[in-house]
Amino acid sequence: MADYTMHVLVCGGTGCKASQSELIKLNFQNRLSELGLSDEVQVVMTGCFGFCEKGPIVKILPDNTFYVHVTPEDVTELVEEHIVKGRKVERLLYVDPETQASVHDAKGMEFYKKQVRIALRNCGFINPENIDEYIARDGYAALGSCLLEKTPEETIRIIKDSGLRGRGGGGFPTGLKWEITRKSVSDQKYVVCNADEGDPGAFMDRSILEGDPHSVIEAMAICGYCIGADKGLVYIRAEYPLAVERLKIAIKQAREYGLLGEDIMGSGFNFDIEIRYGAGAFVCGEETALIHSMEGLRGEPTVKPPFPAESGYKGKPTNVNNVETFANIPPIINKGAGWFAAIGTEKSKGTKVFALAGKINNVGLIEVPMGTTLREVIYDIGGGIKDGREFKAVQTGGPSGGCLTKDFLDTPIDYDNLLAAGSMMGSGGMIVMDETDCMVSIAKFYLEFTLDESCGKCAPCRIGNKRLHEILERITEGNGTKEDLDRLRMLSTVIKDASLCGLGQTSPNPVLSTLDHFYDEYLAHVDSKTCPSGQCKALLKYTILEDKCTGCTLCFRNCPVGAISGEKRSPHYIDQSLCIKCGVCYEKCKFDAIIIG
Amino acid sequence: MTKIKSLADLKQLKAEVQSKIKLREKGDHPENLIQIRVSMATCGIASGAKETMTYLIEELEHQGIDAVVTQTGCMGYCYAEPTIELTMPGSEPVVYGYVNRAKAQEIIEKHIKLNQLVDGIIPVNYKQIDNP
Ligand SMILES: Cc1cc2nc3c(=O)[nH]c(=O)nc-3n(C[C@H](O)[C@H](O)[C@H](O)COP(=O)(O)O)c2cc1C
Ligand code: SF4
Repeated sequence: MADYTMHVLVCGGTGCKASQSELIKLNFQNRLSELGLSDEVQVVMTGCFGFCEKGPIVKILPDNTFYVHVTPEDVTELVEEHIVKGRKVERLLYVDPETQASVHDAKGMEFYKKQVRIALRNCGFINPENIDEYIARDGYAALGSCLLEKTPEETIRIIKDSGLRGRGGGGFPTGLKWEITRKSVSDQKYVVCNADEGDPGAFMDRSILEGDPHSVIEAMAICGYCIGADKGLVYIRAEYPLAVERLKIAIKQAREYGLLGEDIMGSGFNFDIEIRYGAGAFVCGEETALIHSMEGLRGEPTVKPPFPAESGYKGKPTNVNNVETFANIPPIINKGAGWFAAIGTEKSKGTKVFALAGKINNVGLIEVPMGTTLREVIYDIGGGIKDGREFKAVQTGGPSGGCLTKDFLDTPIDYDNLLAAGSMMGSGGMIVMDETDCMVSIAKFYLEFTLDESCGKCAPCRIGNKRLHEILERITEGNGTKEDLDRLRMLSTVIKDASLCGLGQTSPNPVLSTLDHFYDEYLAHVDSKTCPSGQCKALLKYTILEDKCTGCTLCFRNCPVGAISGEKRSPHYIDQSLCIKCGVCYEKCKFDAIIIG
Repeated sequence: MTKIKSLADLKQLKAEVQSKIKLREKGDHPENLIQIRVSMATCGIASGAKETMTYLIEELEHQGIDAVVTQTGCMGYCYAEPTIELTMPGSEPVVYGYVNRAKAQEIIEKHIKLNQLVDGIIPVNYKQIDNP
């Protein structure tokens, strides 16, 4: 039996594979077997190290040495120097860009771990269905220390000093919101957790509730103590059955332990939580609509003020916070405002969870400090663009946000920078697009979503977005004009100004930001009636190159609508008026005689 | 189940459960204990994490290997689900992606029984806040 004393880990992420990591692995194995070391050193292919810029990466265990930019030719040296003689190969070590010193040990490599998990601290670590595991990780210690050692004012002070801002999209300072709700005078107040999470592609809140439900329960109780509420409500969409289930288990366990209920930890403070189910309407994530929905009314927004902090659920002062906002509270109390405020940028503190999706290699859930750049997120953590394609844009903020181009790749992510760049933080959906995505179609996609989700209460949103959508439809079908582009912009401005709630006010953002950053692409659609990325079917034109066509009749036999004609062994041609742009001929042709233009 | 009636109760319970979790109730031989965490959020379950977990539990029991298999939330590697984290006694945890039945079997046969790493390791690319 082989008893390995050393392991060589070769990165097998897509980026590194493209740069020959397979060959590196093979060279290691061959060289080791030549030296008779195969039984002592094992070579293993791993997933992405999240450091693609410096790939291919090789890590040697147990001494944790991290080599970068390794080529297949370097293997002999690595084997002979590092493995046989135990001397590190200096020239392949990572050089710290700031100190210019070579880094010998991967453990000391801060740069490599771009992610910091605060809101997700327990996700993937504890068993979410076992309260003991949460308690073992300092769970409910924050609640205990607030109830028994701090006044509500002191607690609110900590949250204010930490600089925590709402993670539900708006970025309102959380401590300030609590303070306002505290100051509202009433016999009854409520704490509401917004777990509606309706953005397409977003699953941050779901993952927190599935992976660490107690942190939300604990934070809601702390909030209740601060604002003077003894009742909490979690508004969660019924489409999240697992999250609902885990939350229910967690609430039950907390009650059994006396961490919810009356006289919590002998403090005299009472608090309990109920679950309310949403039917999955995006607009019900808006806080006033959410409150109406909980009251059993139609999920329609109403004008603010009055803000929920003054008059919310059943007309009582109500503090609404997002799931992720709550998940940040216990560590802030435990570790102090200063600790949290030291992470992030000047005006955006702490971390943000993003759901990375789209044309990216490592689709997943990430948590990075505010101020991390988009490039770090997309390339270092996300492992770069799928299939080695070119990055085109990244969409943040969901249907309320915008697309950012590669000019913004080095922008540090925070509330204000994203807003200035024409997008927004939103709740944390991040969808990456490559060169094959048509930006007009993307804008249309988001608008379709808004159209479906608009509650219809006010005309600019209900009718205006419909008109916007019609114009975009026209453009993608090749019937748009240049005037349409101006119309898009004007109408967008009106919708933004005149809509009642955040949904309408932000719905034209995807249109405006693509108009700003990809005007050429819009122009191509209306002027030359072409779609540069080849996504708009109606604008495609299949033609047969006469000199390449051998007259094999394969396309003729496969065209489903009989649009192709021609004699055997002589060039064929496509009748454009009959062609439905299905692309079958293009796929079938063996001689590359058909082009798309 | 004990009610927590004061902060002191909570602290005491924490101390108890902390050691309990470290030893996972099998206190006698903590150093021989193999721990496996299966990422069971919606993404994991959709890709078959439940089957993987059941298989791991059954197969380990069948082979008489003393191991604790637990579920946990999303580790963030949704592209590589199902993912598991394996901690061998005395070593650092290792995360594996795309763990279907065949991979799980390979991990049991090679990593657990022979202490050899298996292809498909995912390097953990985030920092946990220490002492949350
Ligand atoms: C159309 C619309 C949808 C929204 N959806 C959500 C949502 O799904 N989850 C959420 O937490 N906040 C959502 N919000 C923001 C909430 O209105 C509210 O600002 C937030 O829950 C406050 O919590 P925070 O301060 O912790 O961010 C939405 C807002 C609008 C206008
Ligand atoms: S802006 Fe749209 S979603 Fe908001 S209230 Fe008006 S119609 Fe309803």
